Amino acid sequence: MPGEDSLERLRREGRIVIVGASLAGLRAAETLRAEGFGGSLTLIGDEPYEPYDRPPLSKAVLLGKASADHTELPRLRAVDATWRLGVAASGLDMAGRRVRLADGGEVPYDRLLIATGVRARPWPKEAEAQLDGVFVLRTRDDAVKLERRMKIGPRRVFVIGAGFTGSEIASACRDQGIEVTVAERADAPLVGALGGVVGAVAADMQRENGVDLRTGVMVTGLEGDSTGRVRAAHLSDGSVVETDVVVVSLGATRNTEWLAGSGLGAGPRGIACDAGCRAFDFRGIVTDDVYAAGDVARSPNPLFGYQFLSLEHWGNAVAQAEVAAHNMISAGADRRPHMWVPAFWSSQFGVNIKSVGVPSMGDEIMITQGSLAERRFTGVYGYQGRVIAAVSFDNTRWLEFYQRLIETGAPFPPEFETVDRRPEGRQPVPADFPDPSLPTHGPTVTLSGYSPGDRQLVFTPAHP
Amino acid sequence: MTQSSLLGQITDYANRADPYPIYAELRKTPVLHEEEGGAYVIGSYYDILHLLHDPRISSDAANLAAAGDDELTGPDSTGLPPSFIRLDPPEHDRLRRIANSSFGPPHCPRRIDSMRGELSRIVTELIDGLGDAREIDLVDQFAYPFPVTVICRLLGVPREDEPRFRTWVDPLVASLDPDTRRSADTEFQKAAQDARMQLGMYLAGLVEQRTKEPQDDMLSDLATSQGADGTLSMMEVLSTAVLLLIAGHETTVNLITNGMLTLLRNPEILQRLREDPGLSVRIVEELLRFEPPVQLVPQRTCIADIELRGTTIPKGSRIWLVLASGNRDPERFTDPDRFDPDRPDIEHLGFGSGIHSCFGAPLARLETQIALAELARRLDSPRLLQDPPPYRQNAVLRGPRHLPLAIGGVRP
Repeated sequence: MPGEDSLERLRREGRIVIVGASLAGLRAAETLRAEGFGGSLTLIGDEPYEPYDRPPLSKAVLLGKASADHTELPRLRAVDATWRLGVAASGLDMAGRRVRLADGGEVPYDRLLIATGVRARPWPKEAEAQLDGVFVLRTRDDAVKLERRMKIGPRRVFVIGAGFTGSEIASACRDQGIEVTVAERADAPLVGALGGVVGAVAADMQRENGVDLRTGVMVTGLEGDSTGRVRAAHLSDGSVVETDVVVVSLGATRNTEWLAGSGLGAGPRGIACDAGCRAFDFRGIVTDDVYAAGDVARSPNPLFGYQFLSLEHWGNAVAQAEVAAHNMISAGADRRPHMWVPAFWSSQFGVNIKSVGVPSMGDEIMITQGSLAERRFTGVYGYQGRVIAAVSFDNTRWLEFYQRLIETGAPFPPEFETVDRRPEGRQPVPADFPDPSLPTHGPTVTLSGYSPGDRQLVFTPAHP
Repeated sequence: MTQSSLLGQITDYANRADPYPIYAELRKTPVLHEEEGGAYVIGSYYDILHLLHDPRISSDAANLAAAGDDELTGPDSTGLPPSFIRLDPPEHDRLRRIANSSFGPPHCPRRIDSMRGELSRIVTELIDGLGDAREIDLVDQFAYPFPVTVICRLLGVPREDEPRFRTWVDPLVASLDPDTRRSADTEFQKAAQDARMQLGMYLAGLVEQRTKEPQDDMLSDLATSQGADGTLSMMEVLSTAVLLLIAGHETTVNLITNGMLTLLRNPEILQRLREDPGLSVRIVEELLRFEPPVQLVPQRTCIADIELRGTTIPKGSRIWLVLASGNRDPERFTDPDRFDPDRPDIEHLGFGSGIHSCFGAPLARLETQIALAELARRLDSPRLLQDPPPYRQNAVLRGPRHLPLAIGGVRP
């Protein structure tokens, strides 16, 4: 068949370009080589660094226990690629199969993988964002700057937004005895991701560890001194907090602007792709030469009603990159769907938080093991009578069980007996997620609706 | 129980040298339940893995007793409360966290690694001690004394007391063997409980002394622990210490002996280890899959009905998880009966999984890596004198009782 000939040629001497040289990009490149891709491979990254690991940046690096320039991702195998680092991709010509670069160059491709991820959402008032002492935390450079400033002993750090990153930064501050104020628009930390019941536990944890946590407030402005250094934050309740370091931790923005006008189905919510990681064009027709993976991708997940999910999770980036790479160089029947169950972890104030599934879909939560008061528990989220997610505080080793409940669509609430079931865990309670239209730092899993072309989606399991 | 039952064959001493064909038979029935009131036996990798993470499965000694276990496991019978291996959360978590705070990360991230030099010295001394002998018993002369010496130093138990505590450890270990004929014997059970109490009393003397004069050992740390989880009661210190002392050597002795036996049966891998001591890391992982020192976990019960592969295991049933069978499950591992340290993926069940996964795993790994690398390097033309060697009685903590070897000498 001619199709097979061209696939063979692609595998032997094709040109694959990966835009985004972070976790997803690197793992995709490694998978391509591991699966025998012998053609040319180009990785394009806007940062000047080889792929590095981001989770330590808000944890060990801020604590001074690891250096930001020593977080390179371990290489699983040689990728024999051309690296275009420090140059952003600036455009895509789908018809001509070329990626345009910010330096004016162009890179032609036969298959393209887009893994441009997300960036920290900056403080919206530009002049205030420019003040000395105002930081975001997403990249290695961000971490170096922030860690350096924390080392010289600020009187107070002010964190805007109590999502995971903001909370981890607050934890790192307290660990080093630095005074910290956290301002959160919702009523508690982590509510966007985990809801109000768990958020209340997170709030107690913060306050007990000496965080000056202000909830239900907005930051109305940042004030600088005459030398251009930040000196105070103004809050919507009229209070003013004097500070010399502000960390803006308002979630992430997807890096899709460079695709504007390309005809690809890309926008602020990410790049829509099918379960096989093939990107849709703006008409909702799936392409066969452009793929997406990692934080920037949103794809339908059969476990969650085929809704499109965007997942800002480390494990998702790895799994999706591997599927994308495999499918890029495989014939239709050999392709695999990406059916990742969302999972992420955080560590803050000495507690390991881990979740599986999509908590923000849940309308109720039931504490099936342990106790909220002890901050050691497993909570199960229910949605329309089935288990949709679970979260654990220092209870990680049970989560595999709950993941299976999610995968098998087990009924909610789980009535069966479990070890360490307390009286508080006999009844489900409202999970208390804020109105999603209310802007906050947002969850790390976003349901982004249904594909315009969802009826055309046919999954091809590897082993029917 | 008849000897023809699969469960009977697993515990039958006649099958100790090679239980793996029985496990293969076991895997044909995903949930084996041979007689009314008997245990539900699970032998497939994924089923075992799932059940190890299932919160409907209890490790609590009291639930086990209620499930019709013959052992007298209540706290009244021995005077010592159950150790964390026989408890569920939250008690399990609290005790294990306190024990861990003097053993591993985050509080003690370097404890095990800092013992590397000392472990090598002990190994060197033991191998030097073989002298000019041309025939040795690897168990009595190396694989037993090595981990005993290590756990004594780690806990702070005088090494010279080993003959004393061994007389209490042996009946205790024997009581872990689910040999139904013997465990129905009240004399046998009473001996085990007496032994546990005696061992506890012996350790109480040491703990009392450490409470007054703490030293750099785990007994001192356990006796004086004062973290977020509070302090341990004297009885909790003792039951934890008994657990660590026994688990700290009765398993590693088998891992090391199984290791040498397996290497001598696979001489090309022994030769590779001789040339590359770094291979010991992969060899030990594959050993934990291929010949795990803890063959099965017979002490779990379910506290709710559990649906597994179309069978309902009713609430209150005893469950046996046959780890060694899961490790040979062809559904999980390609060519499972081949010893192959080069496997790309050796996610074995040798240390269990879930909240009860082996507490001492990092120590056992390091001990066995150093032991096997040094034995490979220093023993000149070792040869098995008996294959299979004589095995210990125990079906759970399975390993050779002796491993007679002929050697050409000991290299410097």
